[in-house]
Amino acid sequence: MSSTAQAQKKGFGATLWDYLTTVDHKKIAILYLVSGGFFFVVGGIEAMLIRIQLAVPANDFVSAGVYNQIMTMHGTTMIFLAAMPLLFAFMNAVVPLQIGARDVAFPFLNSLGFWLFFFGGVFLNLSWFLGGAPDAGWTSYASLAIASGGHGVDFYALGLQISGAGTLIAGINFLVTIINMRAPGMTYMRMPMFTWTTFIASALILFAFPPLTVGLFFLILDRMFFANFFAVEMGGNTIIWEHLFWIFGHPEVYILVLPAFGIFSEIFAIFSRKRLFGYSALVFATILIGFYGFMVWAHHMFTTGLGATANAIFAVATMAIAVPTGVKIFNWLLTIWGGNISFSTPMLYALGFIPSFVAGGVTGVMQAVAPLDYQLHDSYFIVAHFHYVIVGGVVLALLGGLHLYWPKMFGTMLSEKLGKITFALFFFGFHATFFIQHFLGLLGMPRRVYTFVGDQGWDLYNLISSVGAAFMALGVITLVINIIMTSVKNERVGNDPWEDGRTLEWAIPSPPPFYNFKQTPLVRGLDTYWIEKMEGNPEGMTYAEPIGDIHMPNNSIIPFIMSAGLFVAAFGALYFIDGDKAWPLPVLALGLLITLGSMAARSLKDDLGYHIHKEDLLKEGGQPGGH
Amino acid sequence: MDINKQYSAQTWPDHPETATLEGKNKFVGFWLFLGGETVLFATLFATYLALKDKGPSGMEITASQLFELPLVFIMTMLLLTSSLTSVYAMFHMRSYNFRAMQAWMAVTVLLGAAFLGFEIYEFNHYVHEFGFTYGHSAFSSAFYTLVGTHGLHVAIGLGWFILLMIRNAKRGLNLYNASKFYTISLYWHFIDVVWVFIFTVVYLMGVVG
Repeated sequence: MSSTAQAQKKGFGATLWDYLTTVDHKKIAILYLVSGGFFFVVGGIEAMLIRIQLAVPANDFVSAGVYNQIMTMHGTTMIFLAAMPLLFAFMNAVVPLQIGARDVAFPFLNSLGFWLFFFGGVFLNLSWFLGGAPDAGWTSYASLAIASGGHGVDFYALGLQISGAGTLIAGINFLVTIINMRAPGMTYMRMPMFTWTTFIASALILFAFPPLTVGLFFLILDRMFFANFFAVEMGGNTIIWEHLFWIFGHPEVYILVLPAFGIFSEIFAIFSRKRLFGYSALVFATILIGFYGFMVWAHHMFTTGLGATANAIFAVATMAIAVPTGVKIFNWLLTIWGGNISFSTPMLYALGFIPSFVAGGVTGVMQAVAPLDYQLHDSYFIVAHFHYVIVGGVVLALLGGLHLYWPKMFGTMLSEKLGKITFALFFFGFHATFFIQHFLGLLGMPRRVYTFVGDQGWDLYNLISSVGAAFMALGVITLVINIIMTSVKNERVGNDPWEDGRTLEWAIPSPPPFYNFKQTPLVRGLDTYWIEKMEGNPEGMTYAEPIGDIHMPNNSIIPFIMSAGLFVAAFGALYFIDGDKAWPLPVLALGLLITLGSMAARSLKDDLGYHIHKEDLLKEGGQPGGH
Repeated sequence: MDINKQYSAQTWPDHPETATLEGKNKFVGFWLFLGGETVLFATLFATYLALKDKGPSGMEITASQLFELPLVFIMTMLLLTSSLTSVYAMFHMRSYNFRAMQAWMAVTVLLGAAFLGFEIYEFNHYVHEFGFTYGHSAFSSAFYTLVGTHGLHVAIGLGWFILLMIRNAKRGLNLYNASKFYTISLYWHFIDVVWVFIFTVVYLMGVVG
């Protein structure tokens, strides 16, 4: 089992099997990137359909019912199946390297988390082919969701339940990895910002996802198993869903945006060739934002009628979040200030992020004013606001991060020229699409409508918005061309392709060997690789140990089977309520049996991993190492 | 970590559950998982309190009529005692006394199974005596979901105990399975703590409040 030599040229079947069974965080990162990228394109196509439908008044490009499905799936896909997995891709690719670890704490669970997300996402999207997608909005408010006919909302509830379990597992995994697996000398206050933000975002996942789990279970039980949580005539209460959803949903915003902040922090430091300004302030601002994230959920419910006291408390708490966020903005600005700036593609995204995100933050504070929110609620102003935060914050970070970490993940450099074109197209398209929507909202256009009557002053603005969306699509197409061209050219790069890397991931080859570090590094300070470079250490690392045997985990197909079991079971649960078929209950039982059986198999069979022997490591050449 | 390494009571570490990196990871990871579980149950409790005694207009069943404390008292005693016996099992795990550990775990399983038996009887009683089915009202849905989720945790815990006991019956203790035994006992305590809250919030406050 202990083959150190990475198989040379493998056949397609062998490669496929390798990815199905892998527990290597770097390969799981690629799996997240590819499937997250796929869902990003799916969600993007849905967005384009929305903008085509709304480009002109009284359009009949899609029907009202189909529009509701597209709109619901756009939001759900982008948040759960695109943004989160893409962030997980970078967390998996980078965080273990940044802390000097050979893998995550639970490699098996890492794989399980990915496959749960994958099967959940596939299940949700199969709704398109099996009688219609969910149509109650991505928030799926219970009164609407309970009344929704067909199986769309069932696909939503079951699909998100499966992928949510994967997210929770991934969150716990990163928490333990960062707590237990740091290399010697990597104290908490020497951790790179991306590791810090991953840490806090994972803590948010741990406490935010269970309420969603429970809420989704209520929805499943109400719709499929005769429960009455939201059935008002049976004593139920639909406001419970709103609370549970937003107790999850608001921290979710920070789960997305904190790692984005982390990526930008890395970019600013690298391309300003300066230490992050106010590192400790950034760390504490991150913690504070994570904490406040749980205190503000009811600002999504100002118009629900919770009363003036509740609204006032949540309004003030919401405004308070602007303080640590402002601290961060100034830290980034002062990192750039006086720096030796290199205008690379990632840096362009980071520079574009600051004004975009500030605009989204300012409209956020406007909505925190509860009386004003009564006017803005459910209008296009809200749509503009959260797209400024999510696209201007998260998506710009994902695109910037993709360019930044592409060489580390794949060993090749994306074309800078095409990268800058992508940025220009996307950035212009983004502002063209969403800036104008603020005014549409102020002019009274409600969100979630499938069409509108002309001559209300909305026609031109909607058209501009749609044209902007086309620019974003062109940007994404340019990116895809860039990726294909880079992969075909296949020009390999060295350890530190940006030449100004500061943290440990840039001290090892691109892509790193499967055991990451031949010798565990000794971390000597913040930006440890930078310190070594400045001292002229040719190896880029001080070692904490001599070369020795390395313990590695075994690959396993069990995570795949376990997740597939739940996927099968979900079909049983979904069709159970129809009552006209005999198979749903057996299928539900079979699926659960597959999952429980593979859990038992995992328990009963010892999985001790294997060792790469010292001799094999030395044979592989490379530097003999210090000491 | 060598799974075949033999220990004696003298060479066995004081904290075998965290003696390896895998054990340490499991220890921290499981505590965090219990943090998530706490939020999950908190959510169920909040929902229960919001929907307590709520039903279609004219519903006559209320918590104070439904619940009987003697039965719940017996269940509480059974589960609290099982928590104690699992502590004994961990005590013997740490002093490298495998047979005593297995014996106390068996007692724990029996007590847990008895608890589960009473719970099934209780639910059955409500359904047949009161017509208090799962779909009866918002109150019934919230009650069965909260208490049933706890019952499901008990059932999973029992299966977990039994699987571990059978799997390791022949080979005894080592540093590979010590952390597994420790984790299930941690889980078992958590289940017990949740029950204390169910006993208070659902039953005591239901009958008295």
